[in-house]
Parts: sequence; structure tokens; C-alpha cells
Amino acid sequence: MAYTEEELKKELETKEYEYGFYTDIESDTFPKGLNEEIVIAISKKKEEPEWMTSWRLEAFRAWKEMIEPEWANIHYKKPDFQDISYYSAPNKKPKYDSLDEVDPELLDTFKRLGISLDEQKKLAGVAVDIVMDSVSVATTFKKTLAEKGIIFCSISEAIKEHPELVKKHLGTVVPQKDNFYAALNSAVFSDGSFCYIPKGVRCPMELSTYFRINQAGTGQFERTLVVADEGSYVSYLEGCTAPSRDENQLHAAVVELIALDNAEIKYSTVQNWFPGDKEGKGGVYNFVTKRGLCEKNAKISWTQVETGSAITWKYPSCVLKGDNSIGEFYSIAVTNNFQQADTGTKMVHLGKNTKSTIISKGISAGKSQNSYRGLVQVNSRAKNARNFSQCDSLLMGNDCGAHTFPYIEVKNKTAQIEHEATTSKIGEDQIFYCNQRGIETEKAIALIVNGFSKEVLNKLPMEFAVEAQKLLEISLEGSVG
Amino acid sequence: MDLKDKLVSSFLAFENNVDVDHPVHDIRSEAIKNFELRGFPNKKQEAWKYTSLNALKKIDFSIFPKQINALEYKDVKRYFLHEIDTYKIVFIDGVYSSFLSETTHDGVDICLMSAALSKPMYKQIIDVYFNKVASKEESLTTLNTAFSKEGAYIYIPKNKVPKKPIEILHFATGNEASLLLQPRNLIIAEENAELQIIERHQSLTSNEILTNAVTEIFAAKNAIVDYYKVQNDLKNASLIDNTYISQKNNSTVKVHTFSFGGKLTRNNLNYYQNGEYIDSTMKGVTILGEKQHVDHHTLVHHREPNCESHQDYKGIYGEKSVGVFNGKIIVDKIAQKTNAFQQNNNILISDKATINTKPQLEIFADDVKCSHGCTIGQLDEEALFYLQTRGIPKKEAAALLMYAFANNVLESVRIPELKMRINRLIANKLGVQLGFDL
Repeated sequence: MAYTEEELKKELETKEYEYGFYTDIESDTFPKGLNEEIVIAISKKKEEPEWMTSWRLEAFRAWKEMIEPEWANIHYKKPDFQDISYYSAPNKKPKYDSLDEVDPELLDTFKRLGISLDEQKKLAGVAVDIVMDSVSVATTFKKTLAEKGIIFCSISEAIKEHPELVKKHLGTVVPQKDNFYAALNSAVFSDGSFCYIPKGVRCPMELSTYFRINQAGTGQFERTLVVADEGSYVSYLEGCTAPSRDENQLHAAVVELIALDNAEIKYSTVQNWFPGDKEGKGGVYNFVTKRGLCEKNAKISWTQVETGSAITWKYPSCVLKGDNSIGEFYSIAVTNNFQQADTGTKMVHLGKNTKSTIISKGISAGKSQNSYRGLVQVNSRAKNARNFSQCDSLLMGNDCGAHTFPYIEVKNKTAQIEHEATTSKIGEDQIFYCNQRGIETEKAIALIVNGFSKEVLNKLPMEFAVEAQKLLEISLEGSVG
Repeated sequence: MDLKDKLVSSFLAFENNVDVDHPVHDIRSEAIKNFELRGFPNKKQEAWKYTSLNALKKIDFSIFPKQINALEYKDVKRYFLHEIDTYKIVFIDGVYSSFLSETTHDGVDICLMSAALSKPMYKQIIDVYFNKVASKEESLTTLNTAFSKEGAYIYIPKNKVPKKPIEILHFATGNEASLLLQPRNLIIAEENAELQIIERHQSLTSNEILTNAVTEIFAAKNAIVDYYKVQNDLKNASLIDNTYISQKNNSTVKVHTFSFGGKLTRNNLNYYQNGEYIDSTMKGVTILGEKQHVDHHTLVHHREPNCESHQDYKGIYGEKSVGVFNGKIIVDKIAQKTNAFQQNNNILISDKATINTKPQLEIFADDVKCSHGCTIGQLDEEALFYLQTRGIPKKEAAALLMYAFANNVLESVRIPELKMRINRLIANKLGVQLGFDL
């Protein structure tokens, strides 16, 4: 029996968000609204030192003067920033020594998400710093990491225990006043992860954090800071799923990566926030600022699989400051139904012999809009800069859109820049070829789409590749070209 | 007084010299209101991110030339494509020069906008076409519309082909310290008509000239329009060239832009495909030096199925020059089977030169083939070395390679004499004598 386009469409539309459930845990939630008192209260709640409080206030004051950016190719009802509660922490605090002490309901949440903690602890060799709403509730494998001198903890803990490191690096890559959402995040960030790899240390395991948005009406403002000292290596994983909610939830995270001389950071993301239902109702607004700084011979590699969120506004970038540094960006962005994604990267070449690679795959289905927006900038002193960019879009169905906005600015004659973009659908001849070889249409599409995204999927660490494919499944396999 | 206020207040003086009862005047009045509202574009606007008009806005331009100037043919002969016979529409400081021109009404109309606007026999055509494809929102276009009075008017009826190519030349004599020119052209090719146009803006002195031109082109079914823009002006001449093209079924419109000169050049080239099986082609060669600035802004709006568009822009940037390329392709939902191709290749030959490029795709249809490619690089060291081992001096070898780089744009030039001329301009610009023509 042939699998028709109609059937596929239907199947796709009826596929509900698999991970949409809500865990009922008593939360300690702040009243809605944002003012200096709230900022101070957040800081106090986190038992932060004074310099941190004033750092937040500085950001808040700058934020008040800023206007929400409107240049992105996305359309949405702007969130009312006074109608959001800026702090929410699971109540049955504070620290657990073992998993047994963790709220069983919470553990159940993770089980349903298929990330059973104990299993991961043993099998995957992954230390998971779980952020449920805004507070770290469990940190594992800390001991193994501590032996190597690696610090991997929540950022609030880091502020308390390693103030010199945080003070030195926080806001150096993404300054408080960088943009509207970064400023907001700097003022109210509730928690996040901090990671420091000492000189010459190769982190023995993949570090990962899972983010969830759980409490209705609370925005999630994560702050991540990864510092790889000279000659070190770390691979950092971040993955998100969020329960179904009808009202739009705001997520404005900031991620800062610092790779000192000869260091390498590999940062992988699988993002599957609730994308809204098939009528385009609900869904998460994801406004993220991610940026990495490369010193001499350093390398930063961003890999992302974006399948969720109603609105995605995200440009993981690399500032190639040191000579011979390398920046990479691999991305798959899948949009379906009424999702809108405006994502891409910035590669800023400042040092000599810097290299960057951009591979972006956009897949749009349903009534979604998918945009790639990228900047490749070669400074006048960046001799022998090299960039290769490729952005391919795949359109499925007749109601979606794919857009490319690549900006290339070159001020040095020794630069070599290549940019390529294509837009296409799955060719009938490709499907026919597969059919002819006995592969049914649905499988053929999955095969072709997998091939289309393979360059990026290949870049994900093993542990993540499986989950990434699982997440892509919903959007990818059910669509037809 | 700033330039905007000066322009707005000059509109009253302008009204004394035109027929305010003509329906076109309503369009002008509407346009000046629009310009007053919007003013000059600034760098905060996405479309003007890389090109600033601030320096030009500070110049106290004369809006109406005070005297009528004449030129001797022998003095300006070299700016004409004199090797072949052509129709000529020539303007000196914005005023039509009947002495240098050669117009016709023999089966086709190759004449003046002012005549078309004043004579009743053209009224019907003006009503149907004037300001119909030009933007009513883009501020510089509305500024031109407000002051539209003179320019070229070309009407080729069904199944006609003019006997020879048409040259449109604008000379600026520099009798004014600084002059703003706003020519307005209307070109209509009816069914099966075919025509070739060569356009050039030429300043004859070092005085400041700013030209804000608008050209509307309508290509009906099966019509073929070949438009060549030669931009090799002096270093105090700036040009903002707005071209709007509306195409019907099976028509072909090709615009070649050769930008070698001028202080600031902005080319806004807009194609609107209002039919099926249309071919829209735009090609450009840009070779810049000194502090020149050229901004190519193209838009192809695919509104109907089964159409094609091709873009091929090559740029060579030396000294402190700045090149901008912003190509935008929009494919509407209905425009299935669109084939849109865009390419932009650039060579930087100086450390002080800058290139900003933004090839942009906005696609709403799924069964399309759209691609763009963009490269920035240098001359191949090995190729240079190879030519040097064959006894070709480095400078000539580099020029040869640059020739080769630009050549596939030149290939589609259909007037051989023009191609030779462009070749000489390129050689001249690169400062070499090659002793052969490609």
C-alpha cells in the first residue's frame, strides 16, 4: 500500500508533543514583574556576594534603556516582561547527597523523558548537572571530575566558591549590554552551569546539562560559562525538552565559551522546547545569545539540532581572536506547523590564519518559516582568513518558507571566502529511485532527509546522536517533499 | 538648509514650470509628500547598511540648472558608441540637446519624456504605464517621481524592432558648482518587440554631480530588452540608479552593469515577474580603485510559476574602494518550478579595500531550484607564476587573469562594438595594454 502525501501530512499533524507533561512540584515562585527590588531579591536568594548584585543591577539599568530587537525574520506577540515571574525554584530543597533523596516525582519526570539518571551515571559516563526550573537539584560525577581539577557546578555555586574565576570571565564574551535579551539575562539569571578545565587537562567525559521549563509562567534565564584553560579539551552537551504549556514561555539564555591558547571546546545542543500545537498555540520563545572566544590556536565548535520552540532566535558565534584559531558551526534546524526559526552564526576573524566552517541545514515543513542568518567578518588585520559556508534548505509542502540572509564583510585581500546556498525539495526522481530499489516512500524520505542532515548529525557525540535522531524523528520522518 | 528641506521647498518652484493639470502631477504631489515623510535613507535601514549618503547630503546641490549649455560633438564623441550608427537621446545638465540627439517616430517612438508628458497622443500610454512599477515607498524613487519631467521615452509597438541600438547619454558640464540631476525614463516593449539600450552618465568636470535616476521598463509577451549600463564617471560624480522592470509571459530582460568609475554608485535593480516562462538576467562587472564605492542592490520577485532568473556579478576591488552586493530573491508560494540562480565573485587586490556581500533568498514555494554562491579571494599565485614563466610581466599577467575572471559576464554582451569598448575600459582601468581584444 502506497504511503501518500496526505497520509503523511495527517500523521505529522496528529503527532502530539511527546514530552508534554507537567510535574507537580511545589515551587518557591517570586511575584510577577521586574524592577530593581526583584533583581536584588534574586541575588539575595542566591546568597550572592555584593559585586554580583551590582553586576546584575548594572545590566538591569542598561536593559531598561534598550529596545527589543525587531530585525529578525520572525513574527510573534512580544512578551510582557512585567507579566513574568523571574524566579522559581523547586521547594523541597536544597542539596541531595544521593539520588534517593531526590523527589520521586521529579525522578519520574526524568524517567518519562527517557533520561534515567542512574542509568546515565553508569552507562553513558556522563555527569549530569540537572537544572529543574532554576536550581541545580543533582550533580553527579563531581568527584571524578574534581580529581582532575575540573570544576563543573552550577553557576550560583561557582559564584560562591570560585568568585575569582567567575569575576574574571563572566561577561567578557557576552557583555551585559550586548543585546536586549543578554542584558535581561545578566540582570535576572537564576542559574546555569559553570565549567572550568585546568591547563592541559583533557576532560575524560562528556559534560551535559538538561534544561527544563516546568513552572507555568516562569521564564528560564540560564547562564552558562565554560572556560577551557591553555591546552585543555572539553566536550559539553546541552539538551532541552519542555512540558506542554498554552501560554508562551520565555527563554533567554546566555552561553559564554572561553578557549584559551591551544584549548578546544566542543559545544553540542539538542533543543526540543515545546513548539506549540498544530494551530500554532503556545510554545516556547527561545531568545539565546551564545558566543565563544578563541585565543591562539584554540578551537570552538558549535553543533546544534534545533527541533523545538515556537520562536527560535539564536546565533552561536565565534570570535577568532587568536592567531590560527578555528571556529566551526554545524546546525540542523527543523521547523514544522507554525514554528519560526531565525538562526545562524557569526564568525568574526580577528587573528591571522583563522579558519571557520559553517554548515547549516534548514528543513521546513507545515506552515513554518525557517531562516538562516549568518555573518562572516574578516578584519583588516586578519591575514589568510579562510571561511567556507554552506547553507542548504529543504522545503516540505507548499505553505512553508526558507530564507537565507548571509552577510559577508571582508576587509583583507588575503581572505578566502566561499559561500554556497541551495534550496530544494526532495526530488521525485530520488524517491522513485528508492522505490525502484524496494524502499517504500516513507523510508525513502527518512533516508534522504537523514542524508541531507548527515554532515551535522555526524558531528554530534555518540551519546547525543541517538537522542538527536529520536527528536528529529517526529519532524523528519513524517514529512513529504 | 539641509538637502531634504531644500528639495521639498523647491517643489513649489518646480510646479511653476510644469503642467499642474496633467494627471501625472497628482502622482508627483503624492510622491513629494512621501519623500517629505521618509527623507533620505540612512545606515540604520537594512537596505542602506553599507552605503551612507551623509557626505552627499552635506553638498549644496543646485536643483535646477541656471543656464542651458551646449557641447560640440567632437568634444564628446568618445563617450558615444560612435563605431556604429545608433539612435541617441542626449541630455546636457538635464536638458535635452536636439543637436546631439537622433530620435525617431518612424514606427517606434524614441523620444523625450517631456514630449510624452505634454502631448495628448501619449496620454493613454502614460496613464497605463507611468509610475506603475516604480516603488511608491522607496524615498529616492519618490524624490525622482516628484521631480519627474525629463528623460528618455521609448515605446516599441507590437512586432517592431528598431533599426539600431538606442543610446541614452547624460552629460554634466559643471557650469554649476554642484548639480543634482533626476532623469526619468520610461521604456515600453510591446508584444514581440525587441530593443537594445546603452545608457551612460558622464560628467565633464570635477564639480560635484549627483544623479538620482529612475527607469521603468515594461516588457510585454515575448518581448526582448537588452539594457547596458556603462558607469565610468569622474571621481566627483555620484549616481543612484533605480531601475524597475515588469515582465510578462515569455519575455526576456537582460541588464548588464559595468561599474568602473564615479565616487558613489548605487544600483537598485528590481525585477517583477508578472507572467510565466520569463527570463530575467542581470550581470555586472565592477572594477574599482581609489576611494570609490559601488553598491549593487538587486531584487527578483518571482510571482508566477515556471520562471527563471540569473545573476552574475563579478567585482575587483583595489586601493581603498568599497564594494557592496546585496542580491535578494523572493519566490512566492504560487511560483512553483522557479529556477533562480545567483552568483557573486569578488577579488580583493588591496589591503584597504572592503567587500560586503549579502546574497539573500526568501522562498515560500517548495518545488523550486534556488541557489546562490559567493566567493571572495585573490588571484591564483600559481597561475600568476605560470604566466610569468612564459615571459608575461606580473602586471600584465594579473590583468590577464582578471580579464578571464570578468569574461563570462562580457560574453553575453550582444553588441560587438560595445564589448570592444568595455574591454578597452577594463584594460584602461587595470592600467595595462594587452594588444588584443577578448
